[in-house]
Amino acid sequence: MSSASATAPAVLRPRKEARHRDLRRFLVQRLGTGVVLLVGITLVAFVVTHLVPGDPAAANLGQRAIGNPAAVAAFRHQYGLDRPLPVQYIVYLKDLLHGNLGISEQSHRPVLTDLSEYVPATIELALFAIVLSMLIGIALGIVAAVFRDRWLDQFIRIVSLAGVSMPVFWIALVAFYLLFFKLGWLPGGGRLDPTQNNPAHLTGLFTVDAALHGQWTLFWSALRHLILPGLVLAIYTVGMLTRFTRASMLEIMGNDYVRAARLKGLPERVIVLRHVLRPALVSIITVAGVAFGSLLSGTVLVENIFSWPGVGQYAYRSAINLDLPAIMGVSLFVALVYIVVNLIVDLLYGVIDPRIRLS
Amino acid sequence: MTVAAPAPLEPPATAVVDNARWRRLRPDTPLPWRRPLALAGLAIIGAWAVMALFAPLIAPDNPLAQNFATLRPPSGAHWFGTDELGRDVFSRVLFGARITLPLAVILVIAAMIIGAVLGGIAGFFGGWVDNLIMRIADLVFAFPGIILALAVAAALGPQLRNAVIAVIVVSWPAYARLVRSLVLSARSSQYVVASRLLGSSGLRVLFIDVRPNAAGPTLVLAALDIGNAVLLLSGLSFLGLGAQPPTAEWGAMVAEGAQNFSDWWVGMFPGLAILTVVLAFNFIGDTLRDMLDPRTARAVRV
Repeated sequence: MSSASATAPAVLRPRKEARHRDLRRFLVQRLGTGVVLLVGITLVAFVVTHLVPGDPAAANLGQRAIGNPAAVAAFRHQYGLDRPLPVQYIVYLKDLLHGNLGISEQSHRPVLTDLSEYVPATIELALFAIVLSMLIGIALGIVAAVFRDRWLDQFIRIVSLAGVSMPVFWIALVAFYLLFFKLGWLPGGGRLDPTQNNPAHLTGLFTVDAALHGQWTLFWSALRHLILPGLVLAIYTVGMLTRFTRASMLEIMGNDYVRAARLKGLPERVIVLRHVLRPALVSIITVAGVAFGSLLSGTVLVENIFSWPGVGQYAYRSAINLDLPAIMGVSLFVALVYIVVNLIVDLLYGVIDPRIRLS
Repeated sequence: MTVAAPAPLEPPATAVVDNARWRRLRPDTPLPWRRPLALAGLAIIGAWAVMALFAPLIAPDNPLAQNFATLRPPSGAHWFGTDELGRDVFSRVLFGARITLPLAVILVIAAMIIGAVLGGIAGFFGGWVDNLIMRIADLVFAFPGIILALAVAAALGPQLRNAVIAVIVVSWPAYARLVRSLVLSARSSQYVVASRLLGSSGLRVLFIDVRPNAAGPTLVLAALDIGNAVLLLSGLSFLGLGAQPPTAEWGAMVAEGAQNFSDWWVGMFPGLAILTVVLAFNFIGDTLRDMLDPRTARAVRV
């Protein structure tokens, strides 16, 4: 980087340095709000899970142990549930600073260990689904905007409305029944065939790890396992992105400069892709960020159906067993994803539209 | 100075409910209830409402009655087949409408009222009240809906009522944000300033002068939100955190279908019921949104 700036014309250097300073300030600011959000999320999760009548002892101890007051007291003591709530929260935050998320009450393992096992699976699934839905959704949205109010637009509108109206747990079942049970085209669950071993751990994303090790049969299998849950997850976000892409494209097409470009005789393809899509992308990626959040919601339902060993299933198991440390851990993961996604979206703004670069 | 200048045209947002004014403002756009999509939505919802209302008369069987003919495929006697306990799936789907439709409407109205009141207060009073309310709304927003709802529903105990509460908990921030932004833009408008100068209290201005202008977009958001509420509620039931057996609830019925997935009809028809209801509400909501002016529509869109 420094050698590049040394060869750059001297006039440009101060501006570049200023931009780096801006970037640094922006990132520090982002880090600050991120920490506030993380603390806020833990607080919400803590309040929700602790102030309600559910009793973790009842949910985690066996029938006989519940009848035994000593066992219940021991359980409550072991997980610090016998201390006053504010103290419990402070203790949690203190442990958190040491990277200790507590011990899961159902798996009896550190929550961090559990999460490090499940997070990559969910990330792989969600990334696959979001890339898929951005490709399909933006393409459909462009077509709909170009053919505004014609039958193709109406058709896409109904398709995208159907997408956001689809109960994901039901379409997952239908896809499972048709593509796995009846036709046998795709595997029905899990991340790999039962006979296959996981690729050596690098990123935890099986497709990436297998590809990096050149294990192509494994890669192919991992990819095939991704398709069914990934497609099902993407249905909602495709609908969402299609509708939004169409709307923001149309909004920009109404601008004078687009009319000017048309009068200038530019080919329609150039107008649509360069003069309309690019500015529209700014708001589209904002929605893509929101869409990623709703994908995470979907994983809870989809992972359960396709026995995908990810955070969604873990969240579900923790919630029904009132496994408080695990629920808190999942909330932290969710908050972290939210922060990272927003950061990426903000940085992409600058890439797409130089005018709003870090302002 | 004798004649006051004519009031500027109000935002067309409110025109959603006013026929004549609508035509004056947007002569080129057909009325919302003349558009095929909205009509189709209304027809489907109407059909479901009729089926829910007269379910005991239409249904061929008691939705809870168990028979020996278990897991039979659809036939003349059982149009949608029977489930693992021999109950008639068609009757159960019909009775399911009596649970989903009213609950969805109730919970969206509750979320709308809570969100609108909090958002209105936040927007009108500003300052630390605004900060407090909107930061809480942001936190709830940051959570993916079902994960927070899951935690709430699980903590309160698996019950239909608690699932409804959970959905309300995750739905209100959208209304709070929208109403706050509408109130903020109305607060500086002349009719509000005039009302304040006439000595109206803050609350009076909020409810008498600002409310009618915020009502249109908020109702559109509610129409769009009903579909999501149905999805979330049936999703919770699917996970076993909502309606408990033997209640004939669509999400729970799809879950039964998941357990007997080779007998496709058990889960297929209740799922189709959810899809049609949500789709119909979205048809209506989407058409109504097109009627809003573009600036407000953007706030409603996501």
